[in-house]
Amino acid sequence: MIVLNREETSVSTNEEMKQEIRKIMKDKKLTYWQRTDALARYAEDLLDYPEGTPEEFYELTESREISDLHEGHGPWSARYILPDYEKFLKEGSSFLRLDPPKDLFEALNCLLIFYHNAHALDRFPVFLGRFDVLLEDFVKKEKREDAGKMLGWFLTSIDRTMSDSFVQANIGPEASVTGELILELLPKLQNITPNLSLRYDPDITPDDFAKKALDCALRCANPAFAYDRFYKERVGEDYGIASCYNGLLIGGGAFTLTRLRLGTISEHCKDSRDFFENRLPLCVDTQLKFMDAKINSIVNDRAFFESDWMVKEGFVHPDRFVGLFGLVGLCECVNNLMAKDGKSGRMGHDPEADRLGVKILEAIEKSVNEHYCPYSYKHRFVMHSQVGADDDEGNSAGTRIAYGDEPELYEHLKNCGLYHRFFPSGVGDIFPFDETAFRNLDALLDIFKGGFKVGVKYMSTYLGSGDLIRVTGYLMKRSEVEKLKNGEAVANDSAALVLGKSPERHMNEKKVRSFDV
Amino acid sequence: MYRAPVNKIIRSSIVDGPGNRTAVFFQSCNFNCRYCHNPETIHMCVHCGRCTESCPAGALRMAEGKVVWDKEKCVSCDTCIKVCPNDASPKITYMSAAQIWEEIEDDLPFIRGITVSGGECTLQRDTVVELFRLAKQNGLTTLLDSNGSYDFQNDLELLEVSDGVMLDVKADCEERHRWLTGQSISTVLFNLDYLAKMNKLEEVRTVCIPGALENEKTISKVAEILSPYLKEKDIRYKLIKYRHFGVREKYQDFRQPDEEYMEHLKELALEKGFRNIVII
Repeated sequence: MIVLNREETSVSTNEEMKQEIRKIMKDKKLTYWQRTDALARYAEDLLDYPEGTPEEFYELTESREISDLHEGHGPWSARYILPDYEKFLKEGSSFLRLDPPKDLFEALNCLLIFYHNAHALDRFPVFLGRFDVLLEDFVKKEKREDAGKMLGWFLTSIDRTMSDSFVQANIGPEASVTGELILELLPKLQNITPNLSLRYDPDITPDDFAKKALDCALRCANPAFAYDRFYKERVGEDYGIASCYNGLLIGGGAFTLTRLRLGTISEHCKDSRDFFENRLPLCVDTQLKFMDAKINSIVNDRAFFESDWMVKEGFVHPDRFVGLFGLVGLCECVNNLMAKDGKSGRMGHDPEADRLGVKILEAIEKSVNEHYCPYSYKHRFVMHSQVGADDDEGNSAGTRIAYGDEPELYEHLKNCGLYHRFFPSGVGDIFPFDETAFRNLDALLDIFKGGFKVGVKYMSTYLGSGDLIRVTGYLMKRSEVEKLKNGEAVANDSAALVLGKSPERHMNEKKVRSFDV
Repeated sequence: MYRAPVNKIIRSSIVDGPGNRTAVFFQSCNFNCRYCHNPETIHMCVHCGRCTESCPAGALRMAEGKVVWDKEKCVSCDTCIKVCPNDASPKITYMSAAQIWEEIEDDLPFIRGITVSGGECTLQRDTVVELFRLAKQNGLTTLLDSNGSYDFQNDLELLEVSDGVMLDVKADCEERHRWLTGQSISTVLFNLDYLAKMNKLEEVRTVCIPGALENEKTISKVAEILSPYLKEKDIRYKLIKYRHFGVREKYQDFRQPDEEYMEHLKELALEKGFRNIVII
C-alpha cells in the first residue's frame, strides 16, 4: 500500500492542484505504477469525506487521536478482499475465460491470472489463498522436483509482479508436500512477497513441519505462526490470514480499517478517570460513526459490490465483509495514564499497569460489540490491533510493548497473552532471535508452543542480523530501504513505509533474543 | 529444611538436553578437571574474604566471619570469581527443592523439562529427587548432567524420577582419568554400562583435546562398553571441542581441536557403531 507524505487538506485552487499533479509525475522515487496510484489517490482526496462523517472526526483527526490510515476520502473498493480461490479452481471463471485447471502448470497460471485481475484497496490482492489446500492435489501428481521448479517460479512471479508487502498467503495447519516445498524454496528465493502465515495447531501440525517453518523463518522472516484454533473459533472455520495478519472470512474481507491512537488520546486527558468518562467514549463513538459513514458509501455509492467481476461470479460475497475497528498505542496510553494518576508502573512490567491495559480494551470492546452496523458481517465490527504507520509518533504498534522496554521473553509472551484475545481480526508480535536459535529448533518451537499456551494468537521470528526482516507485520529488506533512502526507485511499494523515524524503530529497535549456549 | 547451594538457574537452556529447558547448576564438584570451563563451581566458598575487597559494586561484604552476597547490587562482572584463590564463588543461593521449584513453576508453559548440572548434581541427591518429583508431577522431563562418580546402581529412587543421565566419559583409562580429574574412572565406566542397560543413558559426552588426551581410545572404550546396546538403542554421543574459554590460566596450554580433527573422531565413532553423533 502506498502512503504519501502529504497534507490531507483540501486544495483550494486549480494551480495548486496542477502543481501537485506535476510533482507526483516528476517524483523519481516512484515507479510508473506507484505514480499512477499516487495520482488516483490525489484525485480521490479532492472529494469530501463520506456523507454522515461526524464533525468530531475532523477535530480528532487534526489532533491525531483518530487516523483513517490514509484510506483516502472516498474509497471505491473494500479495503481487504479474500477471494474464494477454491471455488475458482473448481469452476473456472467466465470473466477471465478460464476453465478449471487440470494440472499444476495450469493451476498456477490460472491463479496468477486471477491475482493480476484482483485488487484490494490498492491494486494488489492482499490474500492469495491457502497454497497447500489449493495446490496439494496437483502437486502430488507431479515429480517432486518438477513441482518444486514450478512453485519456485510461481513464487518469484508473485514477488516481482505483486511488489507489495501486504500480499499474503497461508499454509497449514496440516503438513503437505506443497508446504514443504514452499518452506524449502523461500530461504533460497529471499523474496519480500508474499507474506506467509502458517496456520498452526500443535495437535495437527507435526513438530518436524513446524521446525522446518521456524528454520525457514529465521532465514527469510516467513512464515509467521497463526494460532489456528483461535481464528477458527472467532472468525470462522473458513478464515484466511490476509495483509499483515488479518483474520477475515474467505469469500469476504473488510470494508475499512480506522484506528484510535490511544497514546495520543491519553495525552489529551487529565487522568484515567477523564479518559474513561470523557475522551475515550468520544473517540470510540466518533470512530464508529465515521466507519458507518464510510461503509455506507462503499456499499451504496460505489460500483464495487454491484459490478465487480469477483462479486458477480461469487468469489466474494458482500455479506461476508466486516468493519475493522483498529487501535494503536495501548502501551503509551497505559504508561501516560499511570503517570497522570501519580503511579510509576509501566505496561509489561507492572500488574496494575496491565490491569489498566485490559480495562481499556474491555471498555472499547464493549462499545464496539454494542454497535450495530447493517452491512458488517453479523452486524458487528471486529477489533484490530494495528501494526502502526509512519505518522504514529507516541504510539507503539497495536498492543505491543514499546521497543526498548520489552521484558524478558517469557514475561513478554505472557503479556501478549493478556491482550491478543481481544483481536480476532488481527494482532501479533515479533520476536527476532540471533544465530543461537539455529542451534536448537526444538527449543524455539517449545517457546512458540508456550506462547500459544499463555494466550498469544499470532507470533513470528526472524534473524535479527538478517537483510530480510519482518518490520511490523510485513516483510522488507534492509537493503531495499537503503536504496530508497539514496533516492533510487525500488519495485516494492512498501519500502516507502519504512522511511521515517517511527517505522525505522520497528526495523532496528526490537529486542533481539538470544539463548544461553 | 536442607538447602542446596545453587550457583545459577538458567531459564532457557538449549544445550542441556532436548528442547527448551530450565537448567539448575549446583555448586561444588568432587572432580577437579584440568579443562573445567567453569572452575568457580568446583569448591564451596571458605569465606576468606578476598573477593569482598575487590568487588567494584559493593555487592560483597563480610558478616560474622562469612562472605555475604547482595544479589541486587551485583553487576555480574565476575571479578570475585577471577580473584578467588579457591575455585569457588561467593554468588551462591542456598535453596530447598521447593524454593527451586517455585522459580521454575512460572516458566512451565515454555519448557519441556529440567536438567540439573553443576558442579556435580548428584552431590545434591536429596534435593534433586524432590525437585524431580515435582517436575514429573507437572509433566516435565528430568535429566541429570553428571560426571559419573555417583553409585546409580544403589539408588533406584533417583533413577525412577530421572528420565536419563547425560554422562561424561572424560578419558580412556584409570591413569589418564586420575591425571585429568583427580578421581578414579571405574565407577564412571560401570555407570556407562549400567545406565545404558537401564535405559537411562540420555547421552555420552567427551571433551576432546588433541595431544593431551587419547580421544580415539576414549571413543573406542565407550563404544566397546556400549556395544551390546548400540544396535537397538540410539545413544547420542556428543563430542565436545575443547575451548579455552573459562579455563584456569595454569591449564591454558591445551590445544583446541580443529574441524578436521573433530570430523575424524566422528568418523571413528560412526565406525564403532554410533549413529547419533553431535559435535559441539
